[in-house]
Amino acid sequence: MTELIAQYPFFAALLALLVLGIPFGGLLGFAAVKFKTEGNPIADQVESLLPQTQCGQCSYPGCRPYAEAIANGEAINKCPPGGESTIQALADLLDVEAVPLDAEHGEENVKTVAYIREDECIGCTKCIQACPVDAILGAAKQMHTVIVSECTGCDLCVEPCPVDCIDMLPIETTLQSWRWNLPKPVEILATDRTTDKEVAA
Amino acid sequence: MALLNITSPHTSGPLDTGKVMQLVLIATIPGVLALHWHFGWGVLINIVWASIAALGAEALALALRKRPIKFYLSDFSVLVTAVLLAISIPPYSPWWLITVGIVFSVLIAKHLYGGIGYNPFNPAMVGYVVLLISFPIEMTTWASPRQAYDGQLPSLIESITVLFSGRDALPIFSLDGITMATPLDILKQNSTLTVEDLWTKFPQFGQWGGLGWEWANIGFLAGGIFLLTQRVFTWHAPISMLVSLTVMSAFFYDSGSSISGGSPLFHLLSGATMFGAFFIVTDPVTSAVSNKGKIIYGALIGVLLYLIRLWGSYPDAMAFSVLLMNFAAPFLDYYTQPRTYGHAKKDRSKSEGGQ
Amino acid sequence: MRKVWDIHGGIHPLENKDQSNQLPIEFAGIPEQLVFPLSQHIGAPAVAIVGVGQKVLKGEMIAEAKGLVSVAVHASTSGEVIAIQDNPVPHPSTMSAPCITLKSDGKDQWIEHQGINNYLNLDRTELVNHIRNAGIAGMGGAGFPSAVKLSVRGEQTVETLIINGTECEPYITSDDCLMRERADEIIAGIEILRYLINPMKETLIGIEDNKPEAIAALNRAAEGTAINVVSFPTKYPSGGEKQLIQILTGKEVPAGGLPGDVGIVCQNIGTTVAIYRAIAHGEPLISRITTVTGNACDHNTNYEVLLGTPVSYLLDHSGFHQKKCSRLIMGGPMMGFTLENSNVPIVKTSNCILAPTVDELPPPTPAQACIRCGMCAEVCPASLLPQQLYWFSRGKEYEKLEDHNLMDCIECGACSYACPSNIPLVQYYRASKADIREQKQDAIKAEQSKMRFEARQERLDRQEAEKEAKRKARKLAAEERARDNNNPDPIQAAIDRAKAKKASVKSEKPAAENATESLDRARLKEVLANVEKRLVTAKEKLKQAEQQGSDNVEAFRTAVEKTNSKYLKTKQELITFNAVNPALSDSSSMPAEKKILTGDAAQDAIAKALAKRDAASSMTDEERLQNAVSAVTKRLQKAQQKLAEEQRQEGEHIDLLTNAVAKLDLKLADADAAYQQFQNNNHD
Repeated sequence: MTELIAQYPFFAALLALLVLGIPFGGLLGFAAVKFKTEGNPIADQVESLLPQTQCGQCSYPGCRPYAEAIANGEAINKCPPGGESTIQALADLLDVEAVPLDAEHGEENVKTVAYIREDECIGCTKCIQACPVDAILGAAKQMHTVIVSECTGCDLCVEPCPVDCIDMLPIETTLQSWRWNLPKPVEILATDRTTDKEVAA
Repeated sequence: MALLNITSPHTSGPLDTGKVMQLVLIATIPGVLALHWHFGWGVLINIVWASIAALGAEALALALRKRPIKFYLSDFSVLVTAVLLAISIPPYSPWWLITVGIVFSVLIAKHLYGGIGYNPFNPAMVGYVVLLISFPIEMTTWASPRQAYDGQLPSLIESITVLFSGRDALPIFSLDGITMATPLDILKQNSTLTVEDLWTKFPQFGQWGGLGWEWANIGFLAGGIFLLTQRVFTWHAPISMLVSLTVMSAFFYDSGSSISGGSPLFHLLSGATMFGAFFIVTDPVTSAVSNKGKIIYGALIGVLLYLIRLWGSYPDAMAFSVLLMNFAAPFLDYYTQPRTYGHAKKDRSKSEGGQ
Repeated sequence: MRKVWDIHGGIHPLENKDQSNQLPIEFAGIPEQLVFPLSQHIGAPAVAIVGVGQKVLKGEMIAEAKGLVSVAVHASTSGEVIAIQDNPVPHPSTMSAPCITLKSDGKDQWIEHQGINNYLNLDRTELVNHIRNAGIAGMGGAGFPSAVKLSVRGEQTVETLIINGTECEPYITSDDCLMRERADEIIAGIEILRYLINPMKETLIGIEDNKPEAIAALNRAAEGTAINVVSFPTKYPSGGEKQLIQILTGKEVPAGGLPGDVGIVCQNIGTTVAIYRAIAHGEPLISRITTVTGNACDHNTNYEVLLGTPVSYLLDHSGFHQKKCSRLIMGGPMMGFTLENSNVPIVKTSNCILAPTVDELPPPTPAQACIRCGMCAEVCPASLLPQQLYWFSRGKEYEKLEDHNLMDCIECGACSYACPSNIPLVQYYRASKADIREQKQDAIKAEQSKMRFEARQERLDRQEAEKEAKRKARKLAAEERARDNNNPDPIQAAIDRAKAKKASVKSEKPAAENATESLDRARLKEVLANVEKRLVTAKEKLKQAEQQGSDNVEAFRTAVEKTNSKYLKTKQELITFNAVNPALSDSSSMPAEKKILTGDAAQDAIAKALAKRDAASSMTDEERLQNAVSAVTKRLQKAQQKLAEEQRQEGEHIDLLTNAVAKLDLKLADADAAYQQFQNNNHD
């Protein structure tokens, strides 16, 4: 046996590789079938981090398409409703640099909720058709109203309204939702950054 | 009626960072006095010069970083760094040596990492190691303690002269015996004499841990105990370091043969043991934080200290051991989180590892 | 001596209790106005059941509990309801909340009430109902509805009933004085609780050993009962519910759980008295003991205060010097919150009003950098690593915060107290906790939005699919019909189809009668063009056949002839059509003209626009504004006309138009104002 190998080292090597290759190939094939993942797992994870306002400010028609685009290499800073925290979470997930929000797609604003001035509503149902989460109730020629708890504040209903009776109102702080904010940083890195910017400017 | 609206608690404890640092400075006094008694003015001159240089360097760094200078200088942290480094540097060192060490400590080891609280490595020890590696001769020629030779210690004026003009400027430093190897050095080099012989042959071995050294160590021990009573730090790290050093040296003592590592008492009272245990190991910024972490941190420093003392290429190893363990501190913290009230013991191996 | 356990950490701040516990409890008196916030407890706010102007008696319910986790509110003196509106309430946010304001009539007239002589004869549920109706909420800290705590809870049996008389916060002595003076009421209240809860093992009163008088009084009162008074070394925060449970029983409340999970119920000393009074005398919770202390007050003592009494009233009673006062704290110095002003009322949870001088509680010094000294970890009663939490809070690393059990922080403030760098750690934790909660809520909402979005998408897809299916069905049906009246010969079928098409075209004709004739012409032309094309191809094919000498030459030739005749016929048709419609025949060349015309029109428009722009740019601001005014006026007039017309016809858009007119009116006013202002400015 050893002699044979010594005599034909090349063929021995070839044979060895072949012997190794077949089971491993089989194993890989088996794994590919057995552990097949459904859908696009990265897009799923990305989607779970997006705020699901379905506002389309990212220029994609909803959060899922944007998530898929991110999975395919789209920039992560196009989601104004998610803001910095979403960008940070996406950056962590995808292990990329967190970049500031792309101003082109809007600014991170306070959370708002749509409010229909009901006496001005003419019941055209245009906002109902525009709402991505079916948060507006009403029928043709009947007054419409917003289900506040379901409204994502995407403001997609504002534009279609022919009589401009929809306002985006900031969500008010109540005793229950009131909270402490982080103390103002007195020192260190935060100011480092501003000075850097000042130097740059 | 507009009143102050701030979050609770509305009262705070008696300690603040400045006071903590001041206490540390006060606690070095007995050790420094012992050093001064045995090695002369050189020690105090080191401290004074280092303090001046450190204040200057700190102010410079703060100015460059556009920080309130007075606010940060008043935390005394840079003085602690300066005093600790000055104590580590041999007395009668030239001014530039001290200055280089301080500048390195303050500018690079401290401020380059973000200033107080952000430095991963003990600044004084970084400065010391830089000097030790860059200027090995200057850093290893310790003046002899006054009892070890007949001559007199340099006077204050002479000492100041040495600071600015170097040791060659003073005739006294050409005398034989004014500098000599430290007991730790001799023990490391020794391979022929028993420990008992060493003691009789070399005067600098003193009573327990080396002439002068033993008293300096006792002084620093006293300072350390003072700090413990003031609750500036907890016992965990220093005591575990001393215990592990004792255990190591007891294990390798073999009752004093020629390859003996020296008795536990010798190790406890020699070199920088007590100084390190109570002033370096306890540096809060760079050590582990949880109590269990502190115990492991201290114990490993003790082990490293002994290993390097005996088998390393440097006679004393406080700085190296501490810096090595500084690396490990975050890791120790991660794995020694205390069990939170109402939680079962956390199994770290199951959660994501590393920070 | 019973064994007590130790808690991790803890601190020993200056107690400062002697200032206020030297004198007996004083009745604070009846203020002119009392304010009752509808939410003085954890849970849903109560609902007002009185109206403005209504007279109420002392002890009358003025707001009822809404739902199970809610607490009623009672008038604490007799008088008239003068307002139900938002008022500042004692809350760290300094915000306002709905309150009932009562103007007292000074008579302090009780509503008819009666105690229960022998509660042992009453069913437990009924007894709990009495407590619920008395509006009792935990008087120690958070104000958890007591009735909820005492309700029968399924399988869980209670081993230990713990009464919290710890009062570990500095300065506060309200429970201390209550225990000294009303030990009998406390014990009687505990007996009621014991009957309700039926603790299997023991009943303990936990008191720190810095209150010897209270311990003695309770021991005296508890003699001969199964109630055990346990004292233990003073240390902050041993009065926290979880900490006290650990001290007295060695058990830990599991994270995220309740004391009930380890068979324990905890009640505050003040609550026991309230329960006693509710059962034995039928009095609802309308007053409480509140400590007023601090060096900015001359008179430091404990008051029996009617709920709703303004803090300012208490302060006036205590010789308050506002100039000396650095901040006003409701609660103790460790966990209390600052009040922005002293107009807020005393509520069920207000155990202390602390008015310290600047020397006493100096304003916090600026925070220094964390030096990781670990003193915070030393004192944390929950064995957390506060400095790690601090770093993570600053970095907003919420996952790590949760991993380090931030949610188990009880916000006792021991870490901030111990911190040598004066970092407001608790505020970091509060903010981060709020962030985490918000994030979780957002995540839930996002999930919900996603579901709704997907449901909607599905619905739209389904609708689209249904439409598509209908279309297909129609098409299929049409084909079916065509196939039905057709014979199998495909050529014949094709002919039939063509015929059918023709027929349909024809049949469409009458429908298209109203359409302009030019449409017909267009159709004819099209037909003509088609035939011409066919003719060309036919000729080509014929040529090919001839060249190849095919057998079909003859057939092709006839085809060409046929097509040719058809072509001619169609041409003839077109000509006759043009002859019949001479007016339109002229316009047969109309498209071309039109093109030119439109070309002209476009150019005209461009020229016009350019002119307008020139005019606009050359226009002065004044002219521009004037133009704006006149434009709006014009639009307004138009709108008004339309409106008038609509009104005449009683059309359905009257409302809409009225709105539009109103809007335009506003716009006109705006434009006018702008113009006026411009003129004014220019004249100035």
